[in-house]
Amino acid sequence: MKKTGEILDKVISRRAVLKGGAVAAASTVIGAPTVWAQTIKDITLNHTGMSYSVLADIGRQAQKDLGFKIEMSVVDHPGLLNRMANDPNSIDICDMEIWQSKVLVPQDVLHGIEVSKIKAWGDLTPLYTEGTFAGKEVSREGDSPIKFIYREAKDTAGFAKSKTDFVNFVPSVFNADTLGIRPDLTGRPITSWADLISPDFKGKAAIQNVPTNGIMDAMMAFEAAGILKYADKGNPTQEELGATIGKLIELKKGGHFRALWSTFDESINLMASGEVVIQSMWSPAVTAVQTQGIKCTYQPLKEGYRGWGNGLGIVSHVDGIKLDAAYEYLNWYNSGWVGGFIAKQGYYSANPKTAKAALSDNERGFFYEGKPATADITSPTGQKTNSAGDVRDGGSFEERFSKVAVWNNLMDQAEYLYAKWNEFNAA
Amino acid sequence: MTKKTAASYLQVAPLTLVLAMFFVVPIALVVVVSFFRYQMLVGIVRTFTLKNYIDLLSSPTTWALYLSTVKFTLIVLVLTFVIGFWIAYFLVFHVRNLVVAIGLFLLCTIPFWTSNIIRMISWRPILGKEGLINNALIHTGIIDQPLNWLLYSDFSVVVAYVHLFTMFMIVPIFNSMARIDKSLLEAAIDAGANRWGVVWNVVLPLCKTGIALGALFVVTLVMGDFFVVTVMSGGLSGSATSGIFNDLQILNYPRAAANAVLLLIIVLLIAAAIFRLVDVRKELVR
Repeated sequence: MKKTGEILDKVISRRAVLKGGAVAAASTVIGAPTVWAQTIKDITLNHTGMSYSVLADIGRQAQKDLGFKIEMSVVDHPGLLNRMANDPNSIDICDMEIWQSKVLVPQDVLHGIEVSKIKAWGDLTPLYTEGTFAGKEVSREGDSPIKFIYREAKDTAGFAKSKTDFVNFVPSVFNADTLGIRPDLTGRPITSWADLISPDFKGKAAIQNVPTNGIMDAMMAFEAAGILKYADKGNPTQEELGATIGKLIELKKGGHFRALWSTFDESINLMASGEVVIQSMWSPAVTAVQTQGIKCTYQPLKEGYRGWGNGLGIVSHVDGIKLDAAYEYLNWYNSGWVGGFIAKQGYYSANPKTAKAALSDNERGFFYEGKPATADITSPTGQKTNSAGDVRDGGSFEERFSKVAVWNNLMDQAEYLYAKWNEFNAA
Repeated sequence: MTKKTAASYLQVAPLTLVLAMFFVVPIALVVVVSFFRYQMLVGIVRTFTLKNYIDLLSSPTTWALYLSTVKFTLIVLVLTFVIGFWIAYFLVFHVRNLVVAIGLFLLCTIPFWTSNIIRMISWRPILGKEGLINNALIHTGIIDQPLNWLLYSDFSVVVAYVHLFTMFMIVPIFNSMARIDKSLLEAAIDAGANRWGVVWNVVLPLCKTGIALGALFVVTLVMGDFFVVTVMSGGLSGSATSGIFNDLQILNYPRAAANAVLLLIIVLLIAAAIFRLVDVRKELVR
């Protein structure tokens, strides 16, 4: 019985896929569904990106639903830039953070994706497609998605100022980051980014060693503490960067930082072992600490969040039937399963409609609507993270994203930043 | 050309080719790239410039990083030598049964059955704030606040280095020591030398080759490392190589290449100095 059920599922999903891919199939591919189904089996798409979004489960599920092979490979931020610069043919789907597109798009290694072939485009969050959220313009400080998503034409590798019919990437997952804390060990409520550098937490604080992100957390903290002022945190000047790194070095020499973490698992270990009680953190790391039964809060702060987003680009060398498969995959990505899966690690899908539909009432209430959980909440892999009655840190989806203060970015002065960050590392 | 020389040229040809392809060419490329210009967000621009070298040499950061690397190298060199020498000495002169000696020698290699990363990370539950040592000290009442300097400090970096690299000292020293004729030691004692005198005047000089080779391994490993130092210092210390790694993050290949060339020169100088002290080639064929 189970077997027939599975087969039925496959038939249904295949049909849904064919319906969705009709435009693609009719225009370039052979047309006849049987031939399509046979040839597509031999296709393998390599999806490469960072550990937080390139998850093996997503590839497995896609393979089941779509009928072709998806290979997930994980690299770090510089790793993706290096791979795309030196060996772009080894990647088919480039899962990049928005600011990385700033480097990759001008190198002309990505396709201009036709908006008309993305079937649920209209349902995707306006955060990416319009630059607005809940009817209001979202922060333009830093690399806001709207600045990089559109390109003038299919073959122009650049960024369009206004909406066009071609995009550099299809929106995928995004979130608003803040500080992670151990409420049982901080000994007092945490309300501001300034707490990251508060003397109360000397020797118990950590900051991320990813220069482009770490500097943002530092700027949020120094500005909140009234120590430094920035004209635009999304694009600081050399003087501002110099002053910020100077302050960071002072803190480091004074023993303020217990550690600087560069990988996700390091941040989990620091927090779970109690080495650190307040630090820059990513949402799934908070979830991971919680699954160990340790209290960890992704603390909303009064100055707002540091937003970030990812997009899926198709690498230039992909063509023919493989290109059609790539479009199928992008459409599948925002069709619900991924949205439901990554919601449980604290992220949001670019298609809130399908993502919400993929969650239970309890999960939808907890992750999207800011309601107290009515039953236990579990991580994507099934371990308990929250109990009934808990409310998600930061409230509803709307509440969070209306408070994004600045976006992750690659600033104009990035070269200077990296040189300065080296100084901070060496100090 | 006689037949004989032609044959020997033919015999060295494969090795020469392999070395040329996988060693000379890549290094030549690194040197070439180090003189190219870097443009933000683009990468390499093929115009000649000395800027990379001038930037590096005039930056206090470079000096600070190299200084810290040299500091670690020296400390680790001394510790691995002291520990490695005595372990080898014990294995060669105190364990009389050859099978037992080989067994103990293999025991030293057991940590190498796991990965580098596991060996490093396993120090965390031992050295951490709530780790084995801190807990033991607190529960026995010796201290009342956990010692922070045990982990994420220079101390933990040195501990990890010594743990990882002592083996590279033991093996070559063991090898030289095993070849010392035991009757030499007896002769020395007969001639009135005490135990310490034997070690100092007989064993140590005869192990020079092993010590030099071991030192070379340790120096190159520590100088070329950025991973151990990053993980064990919690990112609070850097090394010469971590500067290279940071440059690669924004595709600054030219400056990374220039830094690599500098590092190569320094390591070659150290190697030359070591070889100057000991004629390894002569000692090896002894």
